[in-house]
Amino acid sequence: MKTIYLDYAATTYIDAGIFKKIAPYLKKNFGNPSSLYLIGRQAKVAVESARASVAKILGVNSREIIFTGSGAESDNLAIFGVAGTYSNKGKHIIVSKIEHKAVLESAKKLEKEGFKITYLGVDSKGLVNLAELKKSLRPDTILVSIMYANNEIGTIQPITKISEIISNFKKTKSYKLKAKSLTAALPLFHTDACQAAGALTLSVKKLGVDLLTINGSKIYGPKGVGCLYKSEDIKLEPLIVGGGQENNLRAGTENVALIVGFGEALKLAEKLKNKENKRLMNLRDYLIKNILKLIPHSRLNGHMTKRLPNNINISFDGIEGESLVLMLDKQGVSASTGSACTSSDLTPSHVLLATGLAPELAHGSLRLTLGRKTTKRDLDYVLKILPEIVHKLRKISSTTLR
Amino acid sequence: MKYKKIKKTKGDVISGDKYKEKSWVYSETVKDHFFHPRNVLLDDTHYEADGIGVTGSPACGDMMIVWIKVDKKSQKIKECKWRTFGCASAIASTSIMSVMVTENGGMDIKKAMNLKPQQILERLGGLPDRKFHCSVLGDAALREAIDDYVRKK
Repeated sequence: MKTIYLDYAATTYIDAGIFKKIAPYLKKNFGNPSSLYLIGRQAKVAVESARASVAKILGVNSREIIFTGSGAESDNLAIFGVAGTYSNKGKHIIVSKIEHKAVLESAKKLEKEGFKITYLGVDSKGLVNLAELKKSLRPDTILVSIMYANNEIGTIQPITKISEIISNFKKTKSYKLKAKSLTAALPLFHTDACQAAGALTLSVKKLGVDLLTINGSKIYGPKGVGCLYKSEDIKLEPLIVGGGQENNLRAGTENVALIVGFGEALKLAEKLKNKENKRLMNLRDYLIKNILKLIPHSRLNGHMTKRLPNNINISFDGIEGESLVLMLDKQGVSASTGSACTSSDLTPSHVLLATGLAPELAHGSLRLTLGRKTTKRDLDYVLKILPEIVHKLRKISSTTLR
Repeated sequence: MKYKKIKKTKGDVISGDKYKEKSWVYSETVKDHFFHPRNVLLDDTHYEADGIGVTGSPACGDMMIVWIKVDKKSQKIKECKWRTFGCASAIASTSIMSVMVTENGGMDIKKAMNLKPQQILERLGGLPDRKFHCSVLGDAALREAIDDYVRKK
C-alpha cells in the first residue's frame, strides 16, 4: 500500500540533493572546525558558508546567526538567554497562549522562578489580540515572544504590526524613563518562525524582530539542527557553556554535517517558496472546500486566508481524533490530531482551546499538512476515504444519540 | 543489542521487542476490536434494553453508553450493546467488555458488577500506561446499566 504522508508540519523528509551534500561531512570531511590543520579549516569554511547563506536569507550579518540543536533549543535560548541577561532590568515577559510548548514551558519555568508572564489571548481564528498586547506592555517588560505561524492551525500573526506596537511603546518609554536605569532597547521581540520558513518572508528588517527561531526538520533539511537569529545590539546568556563556539553562545563542537544541510535546505526552500506556495494554496483550498462539503458537521479551525499554504485543520462533531488518525493510517494516510489521546498529559490541544473551541471539538480535530510531494491525486484519495471513516466512527459514537 | 523482555500485563507495549518490529502502540487484540468492534448498537430506536448506563463526557474525550438485556431466571447478561465516543483503546475496551459479559452463556450480574478494569486490560493484551483510564470507563457504564436494571425490576 502506498503511504500518503500528510504531516509535513510534524517533520519533512530530507531533500535528496541536500542529503548528498551532507554525506561527505559524516565521512571524509570529519574535521573539527576549531582545528588549525586542513580538514579542520575545511569544516570551518563549510560552517561559515552555511552561516552566510542563512544570514543572507534573513538579511542580517553572519555574526548574528547562532546554530543550535533544534527549534526548541533556539526558543529556549531566546527566552532563558534574555531572562538571564536582562532580569535586573525587569521581570515581565509576554507570550501568546498558542505558542509552541518550547516557548510556553520556558515561560512557565521562569514564572516559577519569580518572573511575571502575560499569556496573550487569541481570537476564534487564532490571531493574537493586539489591543491586549498594547495594554500588557509595561516598563519592566523585557521580552515579547509571539510565533510567526502556528504549527497546529496555521494562523499567521501580523509580526510587522506587533513589532511596530513594541517600538512605539519603546519610544514613549524611553522618554518617560530617561532618568531610570531601564534600557530603551527593551522589550525585545522574539518570534518562532519554524513553520513559516519556506513559506513566508524571513526578512528580519521587514519583520522588525530582535530574535528569530528556525529549524531544519520542517524545511526538508536534517533534524537536530536549528538556528537563532540574535540582533548584534543585544546580549544573551548561553544555555550551554564550555567552549567558545557560536560566538560564545552555544558550546560544543559544531555539527558540521547538519549545519551544512540546514543552510542548503533553507536556500532551496527560499528558491522554491513562491512556486510551492501557489501550488500548495490551491491544493489546500481544494481539500478544505471538499471536506467541508462532503462531511456534514465539520468546521475549519484557524483563519481562512491568514493561513500557512500547507495547513488544513478541521474538527468533526461526534468523533475523537486518535481513532480518526488510526483509521486513516490503516488506509495509508499519515495525519495528526489535537486530541488529548495523542498528548502525554491527556488534555486536548492548548491551541484549539485558546481559540474558544469546545473541548469535544478539540478532541475531534484532524490536521493535514501538505508538502512538496503532495499531489491532487493524494488529496482525492483522502476525499474518498475520509467521509467513510468519519461516518463509521460516528455510527459507533455515543454522542450521536443526542 | 538485547532488549529487555516486558510483561504482557504491564501495558507499555511501546518499549522492548515490539518497538523493534515497528509494531503499533496497541496490541493485536486492541487493533482487532477497534477496527472490528463487536456488539455495537447502531440503531437504538427500537431496542428495548433492561438497563442502560452512561459514563464519561465528550469534553473529557471519552463517553460510553451500555445497553444490557438480562435473563430474568438465571440473572445472566444475555446481550450487551454499546456505543463509544473516544480513542481506539476506549472503543476496543468497550467492545471486548461486551464480549466478556455475554460469552459462555452470559455473565451473572453479581459477577458483572465486580468486573475490574484490570480484567478488561488483561483481555486486551495490555494498553499503553497512560491509556489505562479509558478501559476503566466501560465497566463503570456496565455497573450503571446493571443498577438501572435492578432498580426497574
